[in-house]
Amino acid sequence: MADRGRAAGWVLGAVLLALPLALPQFYVLLATEMLIMGLFAVGFNLLLGYGGMVSFGQAAFYGVGAYTCGLLLKKTGLPFPAAVLAAPLVAALFALVFGFFCIRLTRIYFSMLTLAFSQIVWATAHKWYALTGGDNGLIGVPIPVALSGPRAFYLFTAVVAAGATWGLWRAVNAPFGRTLLAIRENAERAEFVGIHVRRAQLTAFVLSGGVAGLAGALFALFTRGAFPEYAFWTKSAEVLLMTLLGGPHVFLGPALGAGLLILLNSVVTSFTEYWPVVLGAILLALIYLFPGGVTRLFVGRSAAPAGGEGG
Amino acid sequence: MLAVEGISRAFGGFQALSGVSLRVEPGEISAVIGPNGAGKSTLFNVITGHLVPDSGRVTFQGREITGLPPHTICRLGVARSFQRTNIFPRLTVFENVQTAVLSHERRAFGLWTPARNLGRARAMAVLEDVGLAHRAGEPSGSLSYGDQKQLELGITLALDPALLLLDEPTAGMSPQETRTSVALIERIARNRRLTVLFTEHDMSVVFSVARRIRVLHQGRILAEGTPDEIRRNDEVKRVYLGEGAIRRLRA
Repeated sequence: MADRGRAAGWVLGAVLLALPLALPQFYVLLATEMLIMGLFAVGFNLLLGYGGMVSFGQAAFYGVGAYTCGLLLKKTGLPFPAAVLAAPLVAALFALVFGFFCIRLTRIYFSMLTLAFSQIVWATAHKWYALTGGDNGLIGVPIPVALSGPRAFYLFTAVVAAGATWGLWRAVNAPFGRTLLAIRENAERAEFVGIHVRRAQLTAFVLSGGVAGLAGALFALFTRGAFPEYAFWTKSAEVLLMTLLGGPHVFLGPALGAGLLILLNSVVTSFTEYWPVVLGAILLALIYLFPGGVTRLFVGRSAAPAGGEGG
Repeated sequence: MLAVEGISRAFGGFQALSGVSLRVEPGEISAVIGPNGAGKSTLFNVITGHLVPDSGRVTFQGREITGLPPHTICRLGVARSFQRTNIFPRLTVFENVQTAVLSHERRAFGLWTPARNLGRARAMAVLEDVGLAHRAGEPSGSLSYGDQKQLELGITLALDPALLLLDEPTAGMSPQETRTSVALIERIARNRRLTVLFTEHDMSVVFSVARRIRVLHQGRILAEGTPDEIRRNDEVKRVYLGEGAIRRLRA
């Protein structure tokens, strides 16, 4: 029974992933963006929903991933797969260094320090013209001819995002996921059952940063460039909002939130230039009508252990 | 097993512990008693690494553990429960104990094998021991206060400790729950040959369970001995048992 359910899930997932290929090009591009941001948000939720750590600086690692991949492809002769793989590794390394300091603080102080680090990354990208191209961005990142069509690139993104999401799924269902939930629930008790709380939090920070780096690399390939905005704090706010909109208590909730927000943005901006107003309204509706995200409309309050409202 | 030597600890101007020394022998069930503010919890916090003492040392099984972080001390075999129940409220009863089992088995950082069935047999055996096996799937936050205390005992037992520190294990329990709980702790300690050090306000529990009692008063050990010796000790009567009796009369 469970096996049949799982098989049905895989088939459904594959169909959903393949569906945009049948749509006009505009939607293929939109779906690509949804997948990339969805991956970013699901990785971010390892901190927010599972670890109860509210990072305001996740864009740092997204930006580092984008620039790493872009710079390697543009300025070195590194093969394409190596450049893509390097992005999450370098981002994870940044997360290790930043995280070492951040996890020593808790609650709002943790959030503020993540924000501070991400602004350093942004400022560096913004000002270091010789390396990053500064506020002009890093443009003209070459990608393999085979991936240059929107549909081919969509497929590539779908495979990479699905693979990374599967890895995260394994991690949150493995003992490490349980350990993170225990820390979120009661860090003191976790410490007193022998869990090295800071090490677990740092591990989550590094994994989450690595996934953000991979998402950033995909987006750099998608836009053929890397720009300082990728590391700006508004990007961190965006991924936080997506995660809350979809619901941090369901594994794929944040991806749903990412999809919804991108779709809404696309529809609304075709009617009006006042997207920020609509965004504000969404935020209000989210807080008052769907605390816990839209997935909570479908899944009961106690359905998943990854509660995490408010972190 | 456990040796505490000359521990002092102050909070601001308040000297919570001054020069406390005690030894706990293997297999012994003993108690630390004393009025509120005598320093019992501070002593526990120092032993388990929650607080670093200003001076003095703590040795466990011949190894100095003063100032080590709590998770390290826990891994050496010292488990504790808390005065206020301290569980993982939104995890199920089973997951609460399983988290401790996985940590004890050094698997808390496993990233691949699904956790669902890992350590199940051990976690269920512990739940059986503390009488919560039939509620394994329920969110632990929905348990009654008494059951949450039992669950916390289960969490500590899952760590298979050599030394168990219980901070007021029956605080807030009804007389019925207290009796059940005390019988349970005694049975488990006997079966597992555990060394237990506990604090408690309920004197009937202390004098029926502990083989050895230490009286803590204003941060110092006032007296130490068997229950009979403590009962006969005039100074203890004056500062503690007497005070308690007077308080009971007034209440």
